[in-house]
Amino acid sequence: MSDPSYEIVIGLEVHVQLQTATKLFCRCSTRFGAPPNTQTCPVCIGLPGSLPVMNRQAFALALKTAVALNCQIPGFTKWDRKQYYYPDLPKGYQISQFDLPMSQHGYLEINDAKGAFAPKRVGILRAHLEEDAGKSMHDELAGKADSRIDLNRTGTPLLEIVSQPDMRSPQEARAYLTELKLLLTYLGVSDCNMQEGSLRVDANINLHVATSQGTVATPIVEVKNMNSFRAVERAMAFEATRQFDVWKDTRIALGAPGGHKTTRGWDEQAQMTRPQRQKEESSDYRYFPDPDLAPVIVTDQQLDAVRADLGELPAALRTRLQTEWGIDAYDADVIVNQGRAFVDYFLALANISGDAKRASNWMQQDVLRVLNERALTIDLFPVSSTSLAQLLKTVQQGELDTSRARDVFNAMAESGDSMPQAMQSLGIQAVHGDELADLCRELLEANPSVVADVQAGKDKAIGALIGQAKRRNPNANPNQVRQLCLELIREQGSAQE
Amino acid sequence: MESMSIHELTATELIQRLESGDLTSVEVVRSFLDRIEQFDEKVQAFLRVESQRALSDAERIDQRRRGGDPVGRLAGLPVAVKDVICTEGQPTTCASRMLQHFTPPYDATVIRRLKQADAILIGKTNMDEFAMGGTTESSTLATTCNPWDLQRVPGGSSGGAAACLAAGMAPLSIGSDTGGSIRQPASFCGVHGLKPTYGLVSRYGLIAFASSLDQIGPLARNAEDLALLLEVLAGHDPSDSTSANLPVPEYSQLVSQPLDGLTLGVVREHFGEGLDSEVQAAVREALRVYESLGATVKDISLPHSRYAIATYYIIACCEASSNLARYDGVHYGYRTDEAAMLADLVAEQRALASRGEATALDDIDSPLVRMYRQTRSEGFGAEVKRRIMLGTYALSHGYYDAYYVKALKVRRLIRNDFDAAFREVDLIAGPVAPTPAYRLGEKTEDPLAMYLGDLYTVSANLAGICALSVPCGLSSDGLPIGLQLQGPPLDEQRLLRAARMYQAVTDWHTRRPEGF
Repeated sequence: MSDPSYEIVIGLEVHVQLQTATKLFCRCSTRFGAPPNTQTCPVCIGLPGSLPVMNRQAFALALKTAVALNCQIPGFTKWDRKQYYYPDLPKGYQISQFDLPMSQHGYLEINDAKGAFAPKRVGILRAHLEEDAGKSMHDELAGKADSRIDLNRTGTPLLEIVSQPDMRSPQEARAYLTELKLLLTYLGVSDCNMQEGSLRVDANINLHVATSQGTVATPIVEVKNMNSFRAVERAMAFEATRQFDVWKDTRIALGAPGGHKTTRGWDEQAQMTRPQRQKEESSDYRYFPDPDLAPVIVTDQQLDAVRADLGELPAALRTRLQTEWGIDAYDADVIVNQGRAFVDYFLALANISGDAKRASNWMQQDVLRVLNERALTIDLFPVSSTSLAQLLKTVQQGELDTSRARDVFNAMAESGDSMPQAMQSLGIQAVHGDELADLCRELLEANPSVVADVQAGKDKAIGALIGQAKRRNPNANPNQVRQLCLELIREQGSAQE
Repeated sequence: MESMSIHELTATELIQRLESGDLTSVEVVRSFLDRIEQFDEKVQAFLRVESQRALSDAERIDQRRRGGDPVGRLAGLPVAVKDVICTEGQPTTCASRMLQHFTPPYDATVIRRLKQADAILIGKTNMDEFAMGGTTESSTLATTCNPWDLQRVPGGSSGGAAACLAAGMAPLSIGSDTGGSIRQPASFCGVHGLKPTYGLVSRYGLIAFASSLDQIGPLARNAEDLALLLEVLAGHDPSDSTSANLPVPEYSQLVSQPLDGLTLGVVREHFGEGLDSEVQAAVREALRVYESLGATVKDISLPHSRYAIATYYIIACCEASSNLARYDGVHYGYRTDEAAMLADLVAEQRALASRGEATALDDIDSPLVRMYRQTRSEGFGAEVKRRIMLGTYALSHGYYDAYYVKALKVRRLIRNDFDAAFREVDLIAGPVAPTPAYRLGEKTEDPLAMYLGDLYTVSANLAGICALSVPCGLSSDGLPIGLQLQGPPLDEQRLLRAARMYQAVTDWHTRRPEGF
């Protein structure tokens, strides 16, 4: 897709809301959607005299994430005040981490099962904890500008994960976000709901242009206001093209006059980025250590406990599905990307049915289809893995053909019935081996010409019998009828010889 | 018992009489309210007096006592509270226009403790604005006078807290000490004041000036009362991350035990230039008293003490600039007159537009920025603004290492000096302030001179150790002089016992200003 004369360089900053019951420095609820300013207390609204106390659960979740991102975790970390004025920042500073973040120098591996890009490690510069600000709602009625502030979100724990500028295409950026979200979901540290602001992405992008004087970097642009991973991908693609056009026009390189970093916002409707007006203000946040909070000490024992408790992460799980269950890389990817609960369902299904390949196909085609159609998650899927395994076994034993089985499956998913209940209500009966053999013998006796054709080497002639079989017993499995008839004819042949 | 003499009794004596039934809490409270009525017009120690509430609280305590119900340690005893400590439902102003109409929805932890002890909160006392100052003159709400000489300052920033005790308007009070704000006014007003070890008393609900230096502490008229009040205030608070999680010693029991073989250190550097000769003489005399009680006095050095003032003002101002950022007119407190502000802004924009000054027009404040600017310009007084600017400067990019980081390093060295000194001596004795109380207005035009008045007190805050002020003399002008005792971290009991030993053989603590 990309123009060979330049390389795209992307780094991402992701803010993740950690899934704690209470805020980072007080005991107010973090629940989303409550009426404005009902989840506040003297601490999170910064009343005079109030003091913060660290939420240990938030730190534990941050630590778990940092370990899963292969970060180095220093034994000592502290809290700093980042100072700026804004109406939704009631203390006049945000409690964050500056020069001694709780973790740094990690990486996340990204891959594309279809091979759109080569597998790579995206470096993690740092991941640190901080408190969220409140929410400003600007009423933009002309002449009557009025802003309202909701402080329910103020003090919610955020983990800021800053990547290295290691991504080289919009697809890689999207893959990084998808993989990161998946990891966070597996860890259970965040619900990653972008609509509710639990996961927010800012991107930094520029180009390395090949020129006769060597590679030149174009000015860095920070892109904000991207509300989905697809938006990130599109914004990055748009920016790359736009920046290359600007480069061809102006030849302004990074750091040259006019080559400073700028900020643009993604306009979802127009599918383009637009410059965001920034007042010329210095970004001097006057960070200094927060004297109200003690530094946090992390011991090796704590880290060992976190590692032991991490569980199986997506990358390891993909490998295991391939090696232990014989699923190919693409299928393993699809299953693992659906989340841990989906994988657990698959594993149960594969285990009970004893047919991982069939389990994988059914999960990807049929189960996923129903989940998508009905906007369900696997935990709410009405068919248990045991029930579905029973159906798969019936199919495997040839007692039900795939198309009938699919009808049964749909009925089960619709009603929550077991397989026998669903079959009964559909009037479908499994056809046992003996029953089917009898049927086939009768058909062969009644159609000696077909038998002769087959004996003459024309296996296709069996096709004429399948329709008849279906008419006699609608539950007869066509494949099995074919197989069985061929076998019977061969048996006859060898008996005659 | 005649109501006239109630205010002469110590808190410890008052409690005995309340317990024995000689006095009721209503009598005690009414007596102090009468004193306030009579004298506070002159002294102006209080910003607000809660007469009705205090009397009804007293009545409730009396009823409970009569009914034989258990009551708290300070049951029925009035306590005055510096107006920097949050009291639920009662204005807490920091003596600032910024918070003049601010009423906290919660009690500070120390207020909860006082209420649990059944103390009667009689009123809120005046102070320097946001506790920044050494005279209480930076209060924008009242001018407190020193009962010993109404032309003089009571000291600060806890000037009201000390003056109300000196004038017999309360038996106990609480203040806060960031660089000497309890000890220096105690010294100027001839009462006792103690700055506890950092972390001993919860800061939750203390409106922050400099978080790493602030401590709430007791003021009283003798060592026993000081011990009693400290015992109520101290203790772990899970709401304050810097609170020490240790059991509280029984100071009120320990205080009467004299110290055997006490070694007092005298800091060479504290007897240099700038020390008033009468203060020096009074402190030397106090040391001789200790020697007569069997103590050894030893010369010691705190080599980094000469950097204490500079270090203190950098750290305190840096923290203050951050702590006071929240007063921006958005959520609570003072906000500039918005209609007038917007009208001015529009007029300015029109003027610039008509003159065609495009750049200036582009640079003009947004209404939000103008609101911040004006609110803070109007809401804060000069001293507060001075310190916010000093701190903002010192934390700015390019200056941070040279000022703040360096100050933190020196702070460590100052603490090391104390650690070394306390390996040689039990306590350090010396002056509280270089001079007795200043005349009103004497230092207001010279902030540097005022900062130098903190020379002997700021080190204890920087090092996080405990220190107290004991009355030890009167100047030829009849002004009180204080002796400062400093002790190792969490050794308040030793400070209190040493103060009690001294008090047992001297009578400075019983002197009262004329006319009160």
